[in-house]
Amino acid sequence: MRVNGLARRLPSIGTSQIVALLVILAANWIVSPQFFDIRMQDGRLFGSLIDVLNRGAPVALLSIGMVLVIAMRGIDLSVGAVMAICGAIAASLADSHALPVVLAAALGAGLACGLWNGFLVAVLGIQPIVATLILMVAGRGIAQLITEGRIVTFTSPDLAFLGGGSVLGLPTPVVLTLGMLVLTLLIVRGTALCLMIEATGGNPRAAALAGIGTKLITVAVYMWSGLCAALAGIVASADILGADANNAGLWLELDAILAVVIGGTSLFGGRFSIILAVVGALIIQAMNTGILLSGFPPETNLVVKAVVVLTVLLAQSPRLGGYFAGLPFNRPKP
Amino acid sequence: MKFKALLLATALSGTLFSVGAHAAELTVGFSQIGSESGWRAAETTVSKAEAKKRNINFKIADAQQKQENQIKAIRSFIAQGVDAIFLAPVVATGWDSVLKEAKEANIPVVLLDRDIDPSGKELYLTAVTSDSVAEGKVAGEWLVKAAAGKPCNVVELQGTVGASVATNRKKGFEDGIAGASNVKIVRSQTGDFTRAKGKEVMESFIKAEGGGKNICAVYAHNDDMMVGAIQAMKEAGLKPGTDVLTVSIDAVPDIFKAMAAGEANATVELTPNMAGPAFDAVVAYKAKGTVPPKWIQTESKLYTQSDNPMAVYESKKDLGY
Repeated sequence: MRVNGLARRLPSIGTSQIVALLVILAANWIVSPQFFDIRMQDGRLFGSLIDVLNRGAPVALLSIGMVLVIAMRGIDLSVGAVMAICGAIAASLADSHALPVVLAAALGAGLACGLWNGFLVAVLGIQPIVATLILMVAGRGIAQLITEGRIVTFTSPDLAFLGGGSVLGLPTPVVLTLGMLVLTLLIVRGTALCLMIEATGGNPRAAALAGIGTKLITVAVYMWSGLCAALAGIVASADILGADANNAGLWLELDAILAVVIGGTSLFGGRFSIILAVVGALIIQAMNTGILLSGFPPETNLVVKAVVVLTVLLAQSPRLGGYFAGLPFNRPKP
Repeated sequence: MKFKALLLATALSGTLFSVGAHAAELTVGFSQIGSESGWRAAETTVSKAEAKKRNINFKIADAQQKQENQIKAIRSFIAQGVDAIFLAPVVATGWDSVLKEAKEANIPVVLLDRDIDPSGKELYLTAVTSDSVAEGKVAGEWLVKAAAGKPCNVVELQGTVGASVATNRKKGFEDGIAGASNVKIVRSQTGDFTRAKGKEVMESFIKAEGGGKNICAVYAHNDDMMVGAIQAMKEAGLKPGTDVLTVSIDAVPDIFKAMAAGEANATVELTPNMAGPAFDAVVAYKAKGTVPPKWIQTESKLYTQSDNPMAVYESKKDLGY
């Protein structure tokens, strides 16, 4: 019975997330019947579904980096602040420098932030939640120093393209996220890196004894998270044609962690799924967009969000799944 | 050493001659909250300029959003024996004991921009604040006039849920359009006072209201959200400023740029000049003993495209917004 139940659950990895996403999309369609309408507007797809993808891009980008960090039993609270820093750098340089320079500076800053986090965690052995908290708090201050506390605006069409432009009809942020997802999958899943990350997350000492360079991998993973956050920051800045150091990426680290958890990755490290983390990010955004379309009073936003998240997480709970498996209609036929 | 002597001299002159001091020699200490927003930075800049205009010796202490820093600053102003203290309170409660100390030292306190708990009314000279209900009302009344009797569906971008400014600006706007049955709010959501959220919420409003065809006007509780909403409308192929009327509050420089480009219609100013009226009240009080009213309301001025927006932009852009 137990073995049977497990066997039936194994191939269903990801089912609950996909079902949750579909249910939320269906709910959005009920509250707003034009939800699936898509048309072309100035050579760019235009519709609520595209909004979900486009607005979900920053959190999806963050979750790509975050899922790797969490798989290593770490956590990166600094991603929101890193977004603010890199967005501020990109916006301040946009009008005076060429796009490659702007991108190199912003992405470089993200990598440097990741290096700092990785150094604190891997070399100094500080607990990840504390180590990244430092940059979470200080990072926003750094971003405010860069922007001098005001919203720095730019007019460069090159950088604006990364937020408001489109490639083959898809908004650029969506394309960038897809690109980052594919690149990460290739690097992680295409090599033994995936195994090493899972081993380090599962048991760092055993992994080190088995000859895995856990420190190097830890630093590399935090740097990758920083890079993802930098890209998210560039997208966020390009979207509003300016850098708002006070608000860019504010609390998005929590959304990214939530996306990873919804995606079924345990905060205790070990097995992880990058794609499902991105699906988790889309679930969060589909919910946000649905709330905006529904016309509910804004006071209810957070309550609706909490109930939906709770439902999605409960649906994933193995124990609760066990209860359902025990129900008469779910019992395997003798 | 010199500094200490100076401090001592100030303290002495403050305590001994504080009654009937000459206006030209006034020293005023200002406990500013911090610089959490562009408006706050502009308020600090304008306060300095207003003090210079009146030849007042002006000291600013930045509290970095902490009440204990503000209390420390007030105590140090009392020790220095300043002639008056300006306070932009970070929270509404917990000021009683330090304000009593100021009162005992015979130093008048003027509240800037925000009010404090009613229990402390006798502890300060006056409060210079804007009326955020009035701001919303000015915006609403402008829209009623601009709609000119035609049916007009308004979408509203609210500030942060629970913030008193957001509640008041919402109420004021509703008061402003109350008499006009043709103007009604069809959708209202929070944009958290930020550009990014303002843009996101506006995108969803456009989709929910038939691609924006049913939207006649946008009302935003601050200009930043409106700047985001204007981008969303442009990306959706709408023409903000002509197809869709816009009215927002704050009067930050960037909205004037949008007005100059014909993409925004009106904004209501939350003036950064709170210190000017406060200085005038203190000078009159010190010189003639005139007791000002408990509340000095700043003007909620309406700016439209006909007010030469580019010139206003030039005058505001260096204030630190």
